[in-house]
Amino acid sequence: MSTKTAGRKIVINPVTRVEGHGKVTILLDEKGNVQQSRFHIIEFRGFERFVQGRFYWEAPTIVQRLCGICPVSHHLCAAKATDMIVGAKTLTPTAEKMRRLMHYGQTLQSHALHFFHLCSPDLLFGFDAPVEQRNVIGVIKADPETAKKAVLLRKYGQEIIKATAGKKVHGTGAIPGGINKNLSKEERDVFLKDIDTILQWSVEALELCKKIVKEKLDFFLKFGAFDSNHLSIVRKDGCLDLYDGLLRAKTADGKIIFDMVKPEDYLDYIAEEVRPWSYMKFPFIRSLGKEKGWYRVGPLARINNCDFIDTPLAEKERQELMSLSGGKPINASMVYHWTRLIEMLHSAEKIKILLNDPDLQGTNLITQGTKQKRGVAWIEAPRGTLFHHYEINDNDQIVLANLIVSTTNNNEPMNQVVNVLAKDYLQGKSEITEGLLNTIEVGIRAYDPCLSCATHALGQMPLQVQIVDHKGELVHELIRG
Amino acid sequence: MSTNVVTFTIDGVEIKSAPDKTIIQAADDAGIYIPRLCYLKDLPPGGHCRVCTVKVNGRPVNSCTYPVAEGIVVENDIEELNSFRRNIIEMLFVEGNHFCPSCEVAGKCELQALAYRLGLLTPQMPYLYAQKELDATHPDVYLDRNRCVLCGRCVRASIHLDKKNVFGFENRGINMKISVNSNDGLQDTNLSKEDKAMSVCPTGCLVVKRQGYLTPVGKRLYDKKPIGSEIETKKVKS
Repeated sequence: MSTKTAGRKIVINPVTRVEGHGKVTILLDEKGNVQQSRFHIIEFRGFERFVQGRFYWEAPTIVQRLCGICPVSHHLCAAKATDMIVGAKTLTPTAEKMRRLMHYGQTLQSHALHFFHLCSPDLLFGFDAPVEQRNVIGVIKADPETAKKAVLLRKYGQEIIKATAGKKVHGTGAIPGGINKNLSKEERDVFLKDIDTILQWSVEALELCKKIVKEKLDFFLKFGAFDSNHLSIVRKDGCLDLYDGLLRAKTADGKIIFDMVKPEDYLDYIAEEVRPWSYMKFPFIRSLGKEKGWYRVGPLARINNCDFIDTPLAEKERQELMSLSGGKPINASMVYHWTRLIEMLHSAEKIKILLNDPDLQGTNLITQGTKQKRGVAWIEAPRGTLFHHYEINDNDQIVLANLIVSTTNNNEPMNQVVNVLAKDYLQGKSEITEGLLNTIEVGIRAYDPCLSCATHALGQMPLQVQIVDHKGELVHELIRG
Repeated sequence: MSTNVVTFTIDGVEIKSAPDKTIIQAADDAGIYIPRLCYLKDLPPGGHCRVCTVKVNGRPVNSCTYPVAEGIVVENDIEELNSFRRNIIEMLFVEGNHFCPSCEVAGKCELQALAYRLGLLTPQMPYLYAQKELDATHPDVYLDRNRCVLCGRCVRASIHLDKKNVFGFENRGINMKISVNSNDGLQDTNLSKEDKAMSVCPTGCLVVKRQGYLTPVGKRLYDKKPIGSEIETKKVKS
């Protein structure tokens, strides 16, 4: 669909090939200059409220239902918070490693899903390729072998989740203080048989992504680029750790804002702002304030923040990427894809290490200590840092729940990327094509948003883009979903 | 002819039973499953739920309270009755607030298992979304009326097995609810988590705290075999 521009409002609704329901509005003045741009999240779920009154051991199973893509993140994060409630300071090796295996299985499948199913159509065919081709079916037609590997990569991760959580989606494996099953030798052997193939396919996926990016390196480094702070958890020694660690924040040029922050202290460092036009909150670093304190999370922030990766193939790839910026943080939105696939490779390496660890066949599954009324935890979900905070009463019922979800953390960056791209690509254009509007979506997709998670939402997830003129009148609207 | 044995049929199968048995007891002994919800082998029958309704000589009766008799013709596994049973289960689902996906007794819940066995995958009737009370005051157990099906098993178990009389029914009709013998909830009763009453609830209404999700998916009671198969196994073996 196309439209005349000057003095109007562009609406993209829904944003497609993302999880959840959001819309973009871009206000243009009489001269066609971008006056204002917003990425609205227009669904509402409210898990924080209706989990109140339920029992703390139900949280890992209830709260994960806010998402069907990476429920494992919520399942594990809630379980970690309830570990604190039951006083389980250190899990048994079997429990810790089973949970990690679950998490790496999830990261593998989620990153594979995002790269191949959601983003590769843009990268392979071009941002303005015909809509009929620019989708996963187009990928299957153009390169059936790659598409098959994409599906099987996801399947492998999903099967890992099933073996550790009991089900591929919405399992019950992680419980307060541990896990409810180990990995039998029979289950392990099935995964061991294919892990080298999965590793090889992860390398191939990364090579494919690098080839696409390197062919137009300048373009990808500039497309939707803007400076931001970066936030993630890292291991105590600064290593990338997707399951557990301490919080680190860096500025756009790599200066440490804070480091080694414990989960129970998160409120001293992070605050959330509510804006009336979106159901998604805007978190920021307290010490920097609302204007300057926003930050990126997710694969790009994690690779920027960590000092090293403890698996050899992923570490080699990290070093190659970071050499592009002399070791300083990279602030280019499209590099999310590259970093995401480094993490997918890292996850495959970690899965191989874990599968060879006999602790997974252990039978000591649960540990407990002195009960507490407050549990706070975080985890690096595929889309970024996820915070879960619960408080309970004397009857074991949850009285407070606060979830700061990965996509929520990336709220301001996604608004920034819309603004940057609107100025770069829509401003002053006499006609706006569907391909140009997709350019805005490409920027949003780089962040792999899960809008349902971020708002704890009710409903479906299509996207809407609106263009409003300087008088506030709707001039153009695209609705999909 | 011996008076200690009566002979009758269930769905055309000849059954021999002691004369002091109910139909459901005789069926269980013969390895024939009659769906049930409020009936439990070790408790006196309640006759509340009507899920175990069968036809005796063409007339619907509760199989949990109706005695066997010489020559009766019992119909059990027929679509007409299974359809009624589905309706009963469906009404229980929409009257309560049953969220199987996240419920800690999913996989071992008899209501859920009956729904699966009878082919009820999702209710067609409108949900009532009734406000129900959750009593979490006891240190070791909770009573979540959202999941209560008013089967009365806890009432009978507390009276007949525990000799405590902790539970009872309050109000009538749609307003009926399970109550406890205290104005301050379970915390002020002499209920113990070791009581027999704590092991008879068919759903997730009366539950021991801090035990949720200990059994992994795939190993829960009804994950592999449908409810009733433990009774039907006897028939296969015999």
